[in-house]
Amino acid sequence: MTIGLNQYLIVAAILLTLGIAGIILNRKNIIVILMSVELILLAVNLNLVAFSSYLGDLTGQVFGLLILTVAAAESAIGLAILVVYYRNRGTIAVEDINMMKG
Amino acid sequence: MVIAGFSLAPVLPEFILAVGALLLLLFGAVAGERLTKVVYEIAIVILGVVLLTVIFDKRGESISFDGAFVDDPFSHFMKVLALIGSIATLIMSIPFLRQQGINKFEFPILVMLSTLGMMTLISAGNLIALYLGFELMSLALYVIAAFHRDDGRASEAGLKYFVLGALSSGLLLYGASLIYGFTGSVNFAVIGTALQGNAGIGVVFGLVFLSAGLAFKMSAVPFHMWTPDVYEGAPTPVTAFFATAPKMAAVAITVRVVITAFPGIVAQWQQIIIFISIASMLLGSFAAIGQTNFKRLMAYSAIGNMGFALVGLAAGTEAGVFGVLIYMLIYLVMTLGTFAAILAMKRKGLNVETISDLAGLSRHNGPMAFFLAMIMFSLAGIPPLAGFWSKFYVFQAAIQANLFALSVIGVLSSVVAAFYYLRIVKLMYFDEPVEAFDPMSPAVNVVLSLAGVFVLLFTIWPGPFKDAATVAAHSLF
Repeated sequence: MTIGLNQYLIVAAILLTLGIAGIILNRKNIIVILMSVELILLAVNLNLVAFSSYLGDLTGQVFGLLILTVAAAESAIGLAILVVYYRNRGTIAVEDINMMKG
Repeated sequence: MVIAGFSLAPVLPEFILAVGALLLLLFGAVAGERLTKVVYEIAIVILGVVLLTVIFDKRGESISFDGAFVDDPFSHFMKVLALIGSIATLIMSIPFLRQQGINKFEFPILVMLSTLGMMTLISAGNLIALYLGFELMSLALYVIAAFHRDDGRASEAGLKYFVLGALSSGLLLYGASLIYGFTGSVNFAVIGTALQGNAGIGVVFGLVFLSAGLAFKMSAVPFHMWTPDVYEGAPTPVTAFFATAPKMAAVAITVRVVITAFPGIVAQWQQIIIFISIASMLLGSFAAIGQTNFKRLMAYSAIGNMGFALVGLAAGTEAGVFGVLIYMLIYLVMTLGTFAAILAMKRKGLNVETISDLAGLSRHNGPMAFFLAMIMFSLAGIPPLAGFWSKFYVFQAAIQANLFALSVIGVLSSVVAAFYYLRIVKLMYFDEPVEAFDPMSPAVNVVLSLAGVFVLLFTIWPGPFKDAATVAAHSLF
């Protein structure tokens, strides 16, 4: 069996599903949510690079590089907010994020 | 239409804002705490200069940076709204932040960077520019949501906003990657010509994911979950900022994407927009009824208002886009006025937020009660105030496009929503007065009065706004 575009898209779709499931089902730790977000971005990058190679068009890879850069900034800000939150509340369990209803 | 290549002239406002923000960051870091107030003032001046550059830009349409940056009357109109939102919230925020002990110089700079993201987003001509603008806007917003870093509720608001925001930008990107893969381009105009009535399942999936990401930033149902908590937890000036400027950018890019990139598959996106619109209007109307916190109430009001704005977009016609533009203009003014009133709700130096604190306001502070009442009547859509016309234009466009069910549901939920707006008026005028508020700060007073006057006079003198919106809507088609 040759590995074609479909296989890449399926793997990316599985990664995306895992990432979303990780965010929704996880009740323990916010760090896991940050990891799930990275998983989603990984799925997107895989998609973009696979399409880029399939279409013979470099735009997808440029897009992928930009996503890598922004993802780094995003995790940095996420961790900073997490540190601020931990200082105030002394916990990073998802169940405890309930000062406001909803 | 001019193809301007890599010319800097079309991005002059963004250029001024970017360079200004970076220099101001340097200045703030060197100058230290003493000059924080000066940083705020310079930030307001720079944003004002950018606003004037956008207003007096008469170069007409141009596309630069290989299609990534579109400079047209539509983008001008929405940029003016976003800039007015940023400037008004910055002006109002100074006394509040000082009193809370969080008047750090980073705040105006983050607002400027976020505004820069919004302007990029509004002018985005391809999916990459869309993503970069979206993230520049969001990253600054995550930080200012948690800006009061010693306050548990503010940091919780920031954390919630960050987690859900990161998820939504992931979904948006996944949609963008599918659209790129199945149409072969990231450019909206090229996607528009590639998709003529024969959308494959891949493109439809991409469209759904892309709309999910955009709906999140608009706080439209089913991606509204963050809105009430973030509105309640964040410091009030930050909430005022969230409620105004980013909404303008999110609505603008949604309109641009569906009108310029997907005109060939109207049937597909129309379903999505109609669903989001109906769900937002209903949730915004019913969920707000039980709220006692004014900021939380405004969050549900924002959700409902986004639903009404999308009614115009669902029509997909030039009249519909015109309706959306007028709607956003009037929504911006009403929201700024309401948040000015919330900022003025202060007793013995402490801010109060529940609506029962407004009881009997007319006896202590007649002008404030009058202007807030006018804004509430306007939000409820009662003629001849501005809010009536905003709803009138979107529903008119929807009826012309034969969307009768959508219009009927919209008008009915508007009636339900009138209940909680009118309850505030009743509290202010007919209930037993509670203690009076502290005197208003001049900035807050000016914003509230201007918003009240605009709401009252729009009916008499709508000409310039309607002309600008007509030109702006026409430039997309």
